[in-house]
Amino acid sequence: MPAFSCAFPGYRRDLLVIVFVVFVGIGLHVEASAPAYPSHGTEGSHLTNITNTKKTFPVLAVNYQHVRKPFEIALWILLALLMKLGFHLIPRLSGVVPESCLLIVVGLLVGGLIKVIGEEPPVLDSQLFFLCLLPPIILDAGYFLPIRPFTENVGTILVFAVIGTLWNAFFMGGLLYALCQIESVGLSGVDLLACLLFGSIVSAVDPVAVLAVFEEIHINELVHILVFGESLLNDAVTVVLYNLFDEFSKVGTVTILDVFLGVVCFFVVSLGGILVGAIYGFLAAFTSRFTSHTRVIEPLFVFLYSYMAYLSSEMFHLSGIMALIACGVVMRPYVEANISHKSYTTTKYFLKMWSSVSETLIFIFLGVSTVAGPHAWNWTFVITTVILCLVSRVLGVIGLTFIINKFRIVKLTKKDQFIVAYGGLRGAIAFSLGYLLSNSHKMRNLFLTAIITVIFFTVFVQGMTIRPLVELLAVKKKKESKPSINEEIHTEFLDHLLTGVEGVCGHYGHYHWKEKLNRFNKTYVKRWLIAGENFKEPELIAFYRKMELKQAIMMVESGQLPSALPSTVSMQNIQPRVIPRVSKKQEEEIRRILRSNLQNNKQKMRSRSYSRHTLFDADEEDNVSEVRLRKTKMEMERRVSVMERRMSHYLTVPANRESPRPGVRRVRFESDNQVFSADSVPTVHFEQPSPPSTPDAVSLEEEVPKRPSLKADIEGPRGNASDNHQEELDYQRLARCLSDPGPNKDKEEDNPFMSC
Amino acid sequence: MGTLQSLSDEPEYRELAEKTGFSFEQIGILHKRFKQLSHNENTLRRADLDTIPDLACNPIRTQIIEAFFDKRNFHQNGDGTVEEISFEEFLVVMSHFRPPALNMTEEQREKVRREKLRFLFNMHNTDNDGTITLEEYRHVVEELLSRSGALGKETAKGIADAAMLEVASISMGHMEPDEFYEGITFEHFLKILKDIEIETRMNIRFLNMDTTTLCNTGLPSRE
Repeated sequence: MPAFSCAFPGYRRDLLVIVFVVFVGIGLHVEASAPAYPSHGTEGSHLTNITNTKKTFPVLAVNYQHVRKPFEIALWILLALLMKLGFHLIPRLSGVVPESCLLIVVGLLVGGLIKVIGEEPPVLDSQLFFLCLLPPIILDAGYFLPIRPFTENVGTILVFAVIGTLWNAFFMGGLLYALCQIESVGLSGVDLLACLLFGSIVSAVDPVAVLAVFEEIHINELVHILVFGESLLNDAVTVVLYNLFDEFSKVGTVTILDVFLGVVCFFVVSLGGILVGAIYGFLAAFTSRFTSHTRVIEPLFVFLYSYMAYLSSEMFHLSGIMALIACGVVMRPYVEANISHKSYTTTKYFLKMWSSVSETLIFIFLGVSTVAGPHAWNWTFVITTVILCLVSRVLGVIGLTFIINKFRIVKLTKKDQFIVAYGGLRGAIAFSLGYLLSNSHKMRNLFLTAIITVIFFTVFVQGMTIRPLVELLAVKKKKESKPSINEEIHTEFLDHLLTGVEGVCGHYGHYHWKEKLNRFNKTYVKRWLIAGENFKEPELIAFYRKMELKQAIMMVESGQLPSALPSTVSMQNIQPRVIPRVSKKQEEEIRRILRSNLQNNKQKMRSRSYSRHTLFDADEEDNVSEVRLRKTKMEMERRVSVMERRMSHYLTVPANRESPRPGVRRVRFESDNQVFSADSVPTVHFEQPSPPSTPDAVSLEEEVPKRPSLKADIEGPRGNASDNHQEELDYQRLARCLSDPGPNKDKEEDNPFMSC
Repeated sequence: MGTLQSLSDEPEYRELAEKTGFSFEQIGILHKRFKQLSHNENTLRRADLDTIPDLACNPIRTQIIEAFFDKRNFHQNGDGTVEEISFEEFLVVMSHFRPPALNMTEEQREKVRREKLRFLFNMHNTDNDGTITLEEYRHVVEELLSRSGALGKETAKGIADAAMLEVASISMGHMEPDEFYEGITFEHFLKILKDIEIETRMNIRFLNMDTTTLCNTGLPSRE
């Protein structure tokens, strides 16, 4: 197969071969349902007849039934992941076709393969979908929802979600009913309620599909949050409409009272869902307050409380998606303030991992279910559905934007409207809802076929063409912005400024209420939900600390100062040149303390323990603070070298000290120990961390290396630097007078330590 | 809605509308508010703004109040501060918070951006030397953090220093160890804040809507 071998280089070819083997493997395993040997428990030896001949002892036996279910599940997931892996190895393909399309195609192939073998391919079971596959994706979306753009646009999002979906459902349902009345179509048996039910199923924009496609096109934040927010919030409408029409179509007639109850139901479903989510969110936040001794299980609380919120609201027929979103949004600020950095990373990666697997499985199963059928094809109905979907979406978006723009400061341009309309993808939720329809529904097969066609059309056609269209129309893309402390400062400044000016105007606007909420949050809520004294910490400081942590970790990993911007500007360029004077006595005091700290630290380093129950996150964060100190030390050294050069201008005797080469890290290791015994530092510049007199003092113990190190960092090294600095100047003076290599002696003390 | 009043001040309002870009109705509403704050006098003093209850818990209230009395914000190329302001000057300061119109050219948007950022710059640059020095920036951050915690001046200093370093890195690129970065000039300020879309963020929604209702302001005798 020359074409095969030259199209795919070496290792990729091997991988694809493996993948095909897995394909075949699945088919065979599905077929091998009959047990090769009876399982353990069924045949008790005391029940056998005496006439049983003695069989030879089975050294090796196959018992598939025993492990069938988990085996198949694991195999499916493995297949999904191998597929995902495979696609990214073929560069041209992944650039042109969105992943979701490829996965559906794979699903089709696998389904076809299974059918050819003669087995019944598994269908995307609605229960499996709603209870296992959907929640991780929604939780991931809700937990990492960008709050600021969401709340700024929440009005617009709600209008699109509620009114837009209602419009879509009724428009499509109505027109399809009109279509069915035409004799030539041959569907005269379909009544209005059935059509409306179908309309409500197929009208909702799907979050899974939107996420899958939009993730790859990196569109600007506004449009992204509009489409995405709409796909999340329209769940309430979908649930209500679906249940409503399902009930009605069984009964057959609708009264005004029913309609009114429907509206009430909508409010109950959406607000109830949010309430349930919020309750669980607060519970999770409260629980996380006490987890400082059991850091390992922290991520589990996040996952389990959210899942419980979802299940609880599904139990009451409330909107599970909104509950999940509310839970994630509510719990996030508090939980993040409480859990350790490692737990945060774990939570993030687990959520991403689960949602990725779920998404892949959903698309594959969608493909398989298509092959599985059952289908009832009616050209007119299906084609009309697809066309009507597009038309109603476009009309809806244009009409609603016209109204919304009157109330927005930042108007939606035509390009934005186009992307919002074009990005209204349908997905697996529509399919599952259709599948949920009871079999007695005579139009079920027709509906399912139509739904699948719509899904295929939106995912394939719209999904594939949206990227070139975005390029063509030159729609604004997402700005790749690094976290900037200046922007953060000014964002907060602007918030306060605008609140103040609103106060001057006498207008209780947007910012006023936001400020009130913040104050309420700070005084009452944070007190209960955040461990220790952290609740007093303002956002700006939290942001600054996170940034420092990131930089420090980057430095640990790359071994040098992270230079996002190629510049040689350092702290000394901006600090006004002032050398504080430290008295001789204080200098002696400092030197004594530093030396004793060195001893302490040597002992401490030997006694670090590791066990599953006491996962010291102090570990990494000590390194981080060390690294941070190293960084500031490097800058200090640069400054010192400058001072030297300046001093050497005045004195004719050349300095004895070797100038520090930038690559060499001559770290004053003794001073690093400052971090660990914060208490013993002379409080010339140093500020004590939050008083450990609260009942949470014990819980703070592990955190102490983390928190005061930051404060020490901000103040300590600078204070010490000036001390060291003075030290070094003194040494230099001495050196010049006595021509004795004074400073170097100190450094030689360091080196044996450094080398071990 | 106060149409009687606006009729009597029609010519004056027209002039103000042209100057600041507000509509007649908005000017009428703001005039009412001005009269309320100044207790029906023609000029507004600092003490009048101090009494607003909503400003009481704002960490940067002194700077906000100063901004109203800062001649640099009156668009008359003036300098320094005044003790009291007239309605016209009040309107001019308020016009900094008007949202940009929908159909503006790129040039006009840029102009609006510069104007708004100039307002912010003036708020930070208290000694009017054309640059925001490290001391002034530290003061800004301190004020921001003053209400929200007892972590003191040291943390504020650290944050301000890091921010200054960032500005220097972005604007200057390479600096010799000997050089000293004097302060943030207006051009540098524009550069570091270009990612915040200031023309869409620094707006009071109320000043955009034609029909507004002034809510209860906590002061007696309001309609």
